[in-house]
Amino acid sequence: MNDMRIVERTVSTDTAKMTARRAQVYYGDNHALKDVDVDILDKTVTAFIGPSGCGKSTFLRCLNRMNDTVASARVMGEIKLDGEDIYDKRVDPVVLRAKIGMVFQKPNPFPKSIYENVAYGPRIHGLARGKAELDAIVETSLKKAALWNEVKDRLDAPGTGLSGGQQQRLCIARAIATSPEVLLMDEPCSALDPIATAQVEELIDELRSQFSVVIVTHSMQQAARVSQRTAFFHLGHLVEYGETGQIFTNPKDPRTESYITGRIG
Amino acid sequence: MSVGLISLIVLGLAALGFFLGRQKALSSVKGDARLLHSLPSYYGWSVALFTAVPAMLVMIVWLFVQPTLLETQVASTIPAENIAASGNISLVMADVRRIADGLDLVAARAGLDEAGIDALRADFSDLRGRLAEVGVALGANVDGAILAAAKEYRTYSNSLRLGMSVVVLLAALIGAGFAWMRISPDLRARNLVEQFTMALLIGCSLIAVATTAGIIASLVFETWHFFQLYPAKDFFFSLTWNPQFRGGSDLGLWPLVWGTMYVSFISLVVAVPIGLMAAIYLSEYASPRMRATAKPLLEILAGIPSIVYGLFALVTVGPLLRDWIAGPLGLGNSSSSVMTAGLVMGIMLIPYVSSLSDDIINAVPQAMRDGSFGLGATQSETVKRVVIPAALPGIVGAILLAASRAIGETMIVVMGAGAAAQLSLNPFEAMTTVTVKIVSQLTGDTEFASPETLVAFALGLTLFCITLALNVLALVIVRKYREQYE
Repeated sequence: MNDMRIVERTVSTDTAKMTARRAQVYYGDNHALKDVDVDILDKTVTAFIGPSGCGKSTFLRCLNRMNDTVASARVMGEIKLDGEDIYDKRVDPVVLRAKIGMVFQKPNPFPKSIYENVAYGPRIHGLARGKAELDAIVETSLKKAALWNEVKDRLDAPGTGLSGGQQQRLCIARAIATSPEVLLMDEPCSALDPIATAQVEELIDELRSQFSVVIVTHSMQQAARVSQRTAFFHLGHLVEYGETGQIFTNPKDPRTESYITGRIG
Repeated sequence: MSVGLISLIVLGLAALGFFLGRQKALSSVKGDARLLHSLPSYYGWSVALFTAVPAMLVMIVWLFVQPTLLETQVASTIPAENIAASGNISLVMADVRRIADGLDLVAARAGLDEAGIDALRADFSDLRGRLAEVGVALGANVDGAILAAAKEYRTYSNSLRLGMSVVVLLAALIGAGFAWMRISPDLRARNLVEQFTMALLIGCSLIAVATTAGIIASLVFETWHFFQLYPAKDFFFSLTWNPQFRGGSDLGLWPLVWGTMYVSFISLVVAVPIGLMAAIYLSEYASPRMRATAKPLLEILAGIPSIVYGLFALVTVGPLLRDWIAGPLGLGNSSSSVMTAGLVMGIMLIPYVSSLSDDIINAVPQAMRDGSFGLGATQSETVKRVVIPAALPGIVGAILLAASRAIGETMIVVMGAGAAAQLSLNPFEAMTTVTVKIVSQLTGDTEFASPETLVAFALGLTLFCITLALNVLALVIVRKYREQYE
């Protein structure tokens, strides 16, 4: 499987889309994330791996300020998008989240029609002038999410009536309808069966041509299959970050090696 | 033996049965509880339940049947001319019962035994005087035949009571014996107790259903009586409500229904937006500390009796509206008005709407909000486009509950809107509602069998149908438009 990846890796660029320096997160008194430095590259899939509770989802939620919705959470340190601090007072988190889309662990389509689910983001941000443009956005998003052919005849059916894998692809379509620059995915396949997982992974690989994708996953195989860069978190620390092939074949830190060979976690 | 004493004995037997049953179960496996199918206490419970439940059921049935048996038995001994003299068998029986009770008291005071009571004679013993001494006042001297009937009543009642004691205790003992005999290590006592629990729960829910059916039946029955005396056409299509004590009343439904609808509408216009927004603030925006303080405070409003709101309407809101709004605008000079009652009732309903809606909004999964925030929606956009649509069925339910309360409310309307039945669009005029008129018609001086009184039942049934229709309508709407999450 490594050969496949090496071919793909040539596509990736070296410009950093997002950078984090000494990022800290506290939940109340609990220091959940300690001194994380990461550069997330443009048009690259970055995987965060690590045992449960290691802070990888917490860090992901810092990247689009979703932690703002948790009352007890405090974020410190510096996280930049295109060189601008996203925790600066002048930055509107609402606008930021439109630029940095998010897909959650459990598919969470709104209890609305498939069309309305995808049109939600464009509607609230006024991205479409008129019905025709909105229709076009919905169609391209669903096509990008590889869902169009399955749902084009029933766009008015409720999104909650789709299968689990379809729901997750609907959520991805919903996220890319606002044309984000970064797409964050928090264990997007953990509630899906292997076939749906394969479809979503294929999709992630296609999305890489348009934006950077950050994916949190518990499956090391998945990280190896879809990502070009991998970060290993352990107990709130970023232990090792680097090129995926190197992390899995030649880890520098003994903790990384223990984790990927199954000794801790 | 009295009912209370019998119940105590049965419960005592049940308790004894519990220990004996438990004992027998344990001794049947030589104290090793692991060999039993169920925990030892379940065996105890199976005996206790078999002791108490059939016995209590027998007692309840007996208590229902006993009066009827007694009456028919005693009534047959009363001569026809006594019945003719008082005009009605039930009046004679009432006398018989009172004399029978009085005899017990006389006997207790004078220390008479059964033979002494038997010796009392209507013409010699000054029975009326002696009964008056013990607090039983009679309208006339006691007739010989009635006294005989009263004595008969006493003896028969005593023997029936004795019979009941024997039968009930026998039922308890048979039940206990049967259950005790059945105990063996293989008896599925746990399943027995489970089945009994289910039967108990079914029984309780049946009581609620049966009561509703009973209420409807009594309403329908009396309404039917009303329509025998008063033409249904006039009730349903006349636009005047003008009851007269001497008869010849106009009992048109519409002024009352209009008043009810008008007052309820105003109160909902007040309560629904305010209550809903308060609920949204509490569940979506407020900090946990704020919520913990504000929600109970808001719910205190729900605990204030409606008569207190009525006073508030009468002395504060009514005059205020009259002096500052209705008067200057030339809309009327009455301090009781639909607006007064509607506003105050609206305030009363705010906590109903807000408290229920708050719980419902909280039940919307956090994943829905995360999804919306993750797309860059603001909090109010999320509430408007995701949370409220998802919570809609419950919110409609809360509003309906508030509407039912508004339609059924009486006190605030009496004190706020007055008692004048009229059809008018002006919200500053006094009007009245169906519930107020039900009260005033039933508490009037007219005889019970007159249409002026019976109309209350027809009004009640109408109200019941209106609320039922509202509920059905809301169910249909909710089913059509709900956005179901998971």
